[in-house]
Amino acid sequence: MDFDTIAAVATPLGEGGIAIIRVSGSDAIAAVDKIFKGRQKLSTVDSHTINYGHLIDENGETLEEVMVSVMRAPRTFTREDVVEVNCHGGIVSVKRVLDLVLAQGVRMAEPGEFTKRAFLNGRIDLSQAEAVIDLIRAKTDRAMKVALNQVQGKLSKLIGKLRQQLLELMAHIEVTIDYPEHDVDEVTRTLLSEKSRWVQGEIEKLLSTAKQGKILREGLATVIVGRPNVGKSSLLNSLLQEVKAIVTDVPGTTRDIIEEYVNVRGVPLRLVDTAGIRETEDIVERIGVEKSREMLGKADLVLLVLNFGEELEDEDRNLLAVVKPMNAIVIVNKTDLPQKIDMEEVRRLAGDLPLVTISVKEEEGIEQLEEVIASLFFSGSVQSDDLTYVSNSRHIQLLQEAYRTIGEAIEAVENGLPVDMVAFDIRRTWELLGEVVGDAVSDDLIDQIFSQFCLGK
Amino acid sequence: MGYQAGTFDVIVVGAGHAGVEAALAAARMGCSTLLLTINLDMIAYMPCNPSIGGPAKGHVVREIDALGGEMGKNIDKTYIQMRMLNTGKGPAVRALRAQADKFLYQHTMKQTVENTENLTLRQGMVERLIVEDGVCKGVITKTGAEYAAKAVVLTTGTYLRGKIIIGELQYESGPNNMQPSIGLSDHLRELGFELVRFKTGTPPRVHNSSIDYSKTEIQPGDDVSRAFSYETTEFRVEDQLPCWLTYTNERTHEIINNNLYRAPMFSGAIEGTGPRYCPSIEDKIVRFSDKPRHQIFLEPEGRNTEEVYVQGLSTSMPEEVQLEILKTISGLENVKMMRPGYAIEYDAIVPSQLWPTLETKRLKNLYTAGQLNGTSGYEEAAGQGIMAGINAALKVQGKEPLILDRSQAYIGVMIDDLVTKGTSEPYRLLTSRAEYRLLLRHDNADMRLTEIGYKIGLISEERYQRFLKKKEAIEAEKERLRTTKIGPQPEVQQMLREVGSKELDNAIDLYSLLKRPEVTYKHIAQIAPAEMEIPADVAEQVEIQIKYEGYIRKQLQDVDRLKKMEKKRLPENLDYMNIQGLAMEARQKLNKVKPLSIGQASRISGVTPADISVLLVYLESYNRKVAN
Repeated sequence: MDFDTIAAVATPLGEGGIAIIRVSGSDAIAAVDKIFKGRQKLSTVDSHTINYGHLIDENGETLEEVMVSVMRAPRTFTREDVVEVNCHGGIVSVKRVLDLVLAQGVRMAEPGEFTKRAFLNGRIDLSQAEAVIDLIRAKTDRAMKVALNQVQGKLSKLIGKLRQQLLELMAHIEVTIDYPEHDVDEVTRTLLSEKSRWVQGEIEKLLSTAKQGKILREGLATVIVGRPNVGKSSLLNSLLQEVKAIVTDVPGTTRDIIEEYVNVRGVPLRLVDTAGIRETEDIVERIGVEKSREMLGKADLVLLVLNFGEELEDEDRNLLAVVKPMNAIVIVNKTDLPQKIDMEEVRRLAGDLPLVTISVKEEEGIEQLEEVIASLFFSGSVQSDDLTYVSNSRHIQLLQEAYRTIGEAIEAVENGLPVDMVAFDIRRTWELLGEVVGDAVSDDLIDQIFSQFCLGK
Repeated sequence: MGYQAGTFDVIVVGAGHAGVEAALAAARMGCSTLLLTINLDMIAYMPCNPSIGGPAKGHVVREIDALGGEMGKNIDKTYIQMRMLNTGKGPAVRALRAQADKFLYQHTMKQTVENTENLTLRQGMVERLIVEDGVCKGVITKTGAEYAAKAVVLTTGTYLRGKIIIGELQYESGPNNMQPSIGLSDHLRELGFELVRFKTGTPPRVHNSSIDYSKTEIQPGDDVSRAFSYETTEFRVEDQLPCWLTYTNERTHEIINNNLYRAPMFSGAIEGTGPRYCPSIEDKIVRFSDKPRHQIFLEPEGRNTEEVYVQGLSTSMPEEVQLEILKTISGLENVKMMRPGYAIEYDAIVPSQLWPTLETKRLKNLYTAGQLNGTSGYEEAAGQGIMAGINAALKVQGKEPLILDRSQAYIGVMIDDLVTKGTSEPYRLLTSRAEYRLLLRHDNADMRLTEIGYKIGLISEERYQRFLKKKEAIEAEKERLRTTKIGPQPEVQQMLREVGSKELDNAIDLYSLLKRPEVTYKHIAQIAPAEMEIPADVAEQVEIQIKYEGYIRKQLQDVDRLKKMEKKRLPENLDYMNIQGLAMEARQKLNKVKPLSIGQASRISGVTPADISVLLVYLESYNRKVAN
């Protein structure tokens, strides 16, 4: 069998000090060799050796200290050439390494693809076929869920808009081709060029935001809010302790923008404005409902803390109303105290928001809270292998390809190539964008032609 | 009471565009063949527009010709006008279209059929099939004639339970008031075939002398020699008839709007699904109400007739309304209508019941082709017809079937679409349906298919040798351009200045020079001619292959991927319901389509990439089990 070369992170993300990025396929060694600087070229090392060195990025700068295992076919997991890059386990570094590998013409592996290859290449016994199928199924379904979560967001809307523009342009081109005598204006070179450039610009914008890898690089911006004395600080400290926080003290800044990172079951949280947590003012009252809504709205996740041992106050109710439309979790803390809070009312005010009761003091309910945080972002089914992160890299790769392809369309227009060639690049761009949002190639184009233009004999 | 009427290798039922190609192919491949038709006067009849070709359709005609079919040759002998369309839009979408002398077209085709060895032509309406143990073994006609055969091809067009609708009037009929075929439709249902109801239509015909052409725009043919067939050597450039262009206007639309309540399309009288790409004028006016006018082409139906086809005015309005509509159109104020337009409903087979060979899954040795399979258009019909005829003959001869894939031919795209996705409306080919469009060009149909046509015995030795010579000449000329360098000599610089291309600094090979957008092969031949004169068709290939090399290479990479997936064969009678890990929707769809390869499976809507992964794993373990 001959397959293209694929890569993926082989270790659970965000946990442990070392991560492994596995590359498999006939170009695996050559691809990693291009970015590896060690004592020896990987192409010349013996099979099944581990090699110390550094990864070098496109600007020739040293990116990472790594150990690289080289295993030549057929005595490997997939029976193909396999290279494993061992690097520091932090989310940021793993992502950078993976992106660099993918930039060498390597494709992001599909869920379960290593195992699938192992099977198809005869490495895995027939009796395990069913297990392999289950694995593919399970992983894919989970990945689909995560992907869906992502694409229901802003990204998919933007891409949807872009694709619709491309589709209309394609339909216009196709109608002049398939109905040459129809009184539809020909697609001019100027129009082709303008539209393609616009699309390219939009993809570039997407890429620049995607490249920041906001969530992955910086974590989910998380705010803890609540009335004084509900236990915000202790919750923060508990989360910090619980999951080995990384505290960054950004030089040249004051204490109040210190951001603290925690990793909750693979979800990187960036606790912002933690200084604010320690303040004792009523935020809503101080800055007004609208303003506080706006401020909290910038957060990816809001943790609203209430006190089990006190009755609900207007300030609590205000806060509940403000966070209700947001990605928020309502936390009732201090279950170690005698109950004074009206849980019925809390439930009613919280609406669809997840509700967790905890006692930081007694260390009760923290695990449940973590689970809720994780499930909120992974649809509940994703465990430590962080698929949001994985599919993100895939998206970036597809967007880069779309960017390149629409660039070729622009070049073709400039070089005076006929419209059938340009149409090829435009269609390819549309397909690549479709892959980002998970839209299979379909009869969309034909439908568009007939709904946009009046045709007939 | 029946009687034994004879035994044949192949029987073709229906002598329309699909039927004649099927019968000619089978007979020419050496099978004793019977061609049955309801009416011997209607062979290769054009019940709708008197034209052949156009984008995608013209490509198919070229493909039929490269496989050794008849349509291209027949239109080359009988056209009244030919034009190359899309000349400015690139080599992949250029396409020939001819206006036919529809009567001459029929007569010429009938003569060819009559004079073909191994081919028996007979009038008769087939009512039933002879079926034993799931195998089709012959046909029975209305008159009781029983014909036995090793394979049967059904190409019944719009005749199955055909119904014509004009305003409030409805009657059972085939196209143009021909006898419909009711019994066969019922019989197919009895045999368990799933049928759908489709609809199509045709515009009125008007008298030539009643048209004021001065109020219309002339649409002449090309003033260069054109031909569909690679074998055609005689051309008629001078002797062409023009078509004429005019438009509908607000008055036309008003009359239609006022009479919509009488339009079968909207009154509910029509139950069949019509094609979106070929709507009636009333449909166009309702759906695109903001369009102030629609084009109307006036096309002569032949040299020896006064009838003129009113393209763009397909309608099933009542007859008197049709006349009123016509008279609003510029140039038609005093028009005499000769035949009214009509809508026709008919039964078609749901094409996912077919293998890619066009053999039915339900009955062995039974093939179907053409409009019966849910397509529309003479060319689409003929393309399927030749494939059904070839495969029926190959089956009779005990040989491997012929399936063209999506990268080889538009015919392959069409058949794959039909059997893999089915169709919810009469299916028309469009170039946009072909994902490998840059490879499936009008110009290179011979390069793609002549070899195949020769292998199955439809291309003569003489033609094949000529084809091989052409191929050699193309390679030789490309090699010459690659190895010949040219310096910045005055005549070269002058040519480059004239075409607006950058002058040379240093010597450059001709190959690279030809790649420049402004430079054509003609320019190259001017400054550095080959020793022997290069024929035009060779020059055309050289130019296209070199100029668009980059794009052609991109598509070829896609094709590589396709071929890998097509090579992974799936067993014909796999029960997908029992494959663990497949989604339920995929199981049902796969069971219905029964794809022959992983590639085909991946094109079924509702089958996801995860399902394909599961199938790959399943297939691997299946093959290992079989190997053990």
